[in-house]
Amino acid sequence: MKAHGTVHKYGDNVDTDVIIPARYLNSSDPAELAKNCMEDIDPDFVNRVKQGDIMVANKNFGCGSSREHAPIAIKASGISCVIAETFARIFYRNAINIGLPIIECPEAAKAIEAGDEVEIDFDSGMIYDKTKGTEYKGQAFPPFMQEIIKAEGLINYINNK
Amino acid sequence: MGMTMTQKILAAHAGLPSVEAGQLIEADLDLVLGNDVTTPVAIHEMDKFKADKVFDKDKIAMVLDHFTPNKDIKSAEHCKCVREYACAHNITNFFDVGEMGIEHALLPEKGLIVAGETCIGADSHTCTYGALGAFSTGVGSTDMAAGMATGKAWFKVPSAIKFVLTGKPGKWVSGKDVILHIIGLIGVDGALYKSMEFVGDGIANLSMDDRFSMANMAIEAGAKNGIFPVDDQTIAYMKEHSVKDYTVYEADEDAVYDETYTIDLSTLEPTVAFPHLPENTKPISEVPEIKIDQVVIGSCTNGRIEDLRVAAKILEGKKCAKGLRVIVIPATQAIYLQAMEEGLLKTFIEAGAVVSTPTCGPCLGGHMGILAAGEKAVATTNRNFVGRMGHVESEIYLASPAVAAASAITGMISDPRKM
Repeated sequence: MKAHGTVHKYGDNVDTDVIIPARYLNSSDPAELAKNCMEDIDPDFVNRVKQGDIMVANKNFGCGSSREHAPIAIKASGISCVIAETFARIFYRNAINIGLPIIECPEAAKAIEAGDEVEIDFDSGMIYDKTKGTEYKGQAFPPFMQEIIKAEGLINYINNK
Repeated sequence: MGMTMTQKILAAHAGLPSVEAGQLIEADLDLVLGNDVTTPVAIHEMDKFKADKVFDKDKIAMVLDHFTPNKDIKSAEHCKCVREYACAHNITNFFDVGEMGIEHALLPEKGLIVAGETCIGADSHTCTYGALGAFSTGVGSTDMAAGMATGKAWFKVPSAIKFVLTGKPGKWVSGKDVILHIIGLIGVDGALYKSMEFVGDGIANLSMDDRFSMANMAIEAGAKNGIFPVDDQTIAYMKEHSVKDYTVYEADEDAVYDETYTIDLSTLEPTVAFPHLPENTKPISEVPEIKIDQVVIGSCTNGRIEDLRVAAKILEGKKCAKGLRVIVIPATQAIYLQAMEEGLLKTFIEAGAVVSTPTCGPCLGGHMGILAAGEKAVATTNRNFVGRMGHVESEIYLASPAVAAASAITGMISDPRKM
């Protein structure tokens, strides 16, 4: 499995309140949530984002509220993968549980810039910055989490057991 | 190798003699929690399970607290969805308007969680119950659904940071000031994926309400959980509120910690976290003159009876500053009633504050006190992120009920010790 797209870049401590503000949490419809994704940090994101694009951020991405609406909104907006130096733990679980691919890779997260064309090979964990001609190795998931990802989410994984 | 307090609870719930940091385990759950924002998403996930049943109708709690009493039609639809599910599946601990309170104040008060138990909740502040010596942590809606269906959850066993608390906090210094100080010290990802274990003889000088507000904000340092040892105060609290059997776990003497911090509580000042991160803390003596537009006293962090008593003591016989909105939100119906019987509500209303029914409301920018562009608030809540309480250009200063009440009188961020 591969992802390929243009990078949207953010800094440290992107919290789930700015990913999807609470004023929109009276809906749980993915398409509805996607319309307001990143609104409080990057109001133009929803106009720029294209299917398959990649989000890159620095440390502690997805901190704060446990709202699963945050990874749901990112996934529904078309983002194919989030790369960060580190993820906040609840966001990390939620992303895996709903089948939003994420990769922890401090080197890639620091070097990749907004607008770069990036390709990711999920099988090898390799990240290629086509614009800069650089490559990085992301951290592999433990086998147990790979099973959840392969089943496309936690509920299917439990059903298959 | 010795285990931390958290590791011992997890080992017992995984049926293992011991666990170590980094190990992946599946643990039995004593309680699974959700609210009106996260439970509808979990109910939707439940549809994907082959069998439409919950693992134990007595071990699931659903609390309609975020956007209630319903703030709009969409919120009303969410609450209706949860209400119908709870009714159809005979969920014992479903709390609707009239019975509900802010979930993390309500569950301990109702005795639904005690020492030694394991709890997940689809709300990040589920870590609050660590104050009782339980392992509890926030998760998302899919984890909630899996917990509701199977009674189990997967965890990566956390390593831990030890906080040795000594001494006695000074006048008007509370658990909120201690935890803000700690978050300022280690940062908003200082305990990422880890446990925060509080120990030391200073804990005896912290009330249960102090400990609840400290464990509550462990998530603001990125922690998986925050946990306190069980002492006489914990046991007295559990005996008053619960009929459940509790189990006391203690960290091994040779338990390994990533780091240890020693904090003398007597040296701490009332502490304020500046916008837009809880780690941007300053002792009150270093806070410049900042004029404010709103004060919020409430939330799962600081809406308990002791918080209201402190605020009322400072506000008694005084008036809130002209042009300032002061909103007081008792966290549960029982706290509301007790505050009424003790005359605290009279003090608030005579001072010019409003008193609201229990709700998370303004803490997450839901309703009941949203800020306009350029406005500033002092809040006893837990997050001061961009746009958290309203407009992206508004500002939130996190503080204790004492600082909030003192600021209500002056209209500026103020030191309660000078009132």
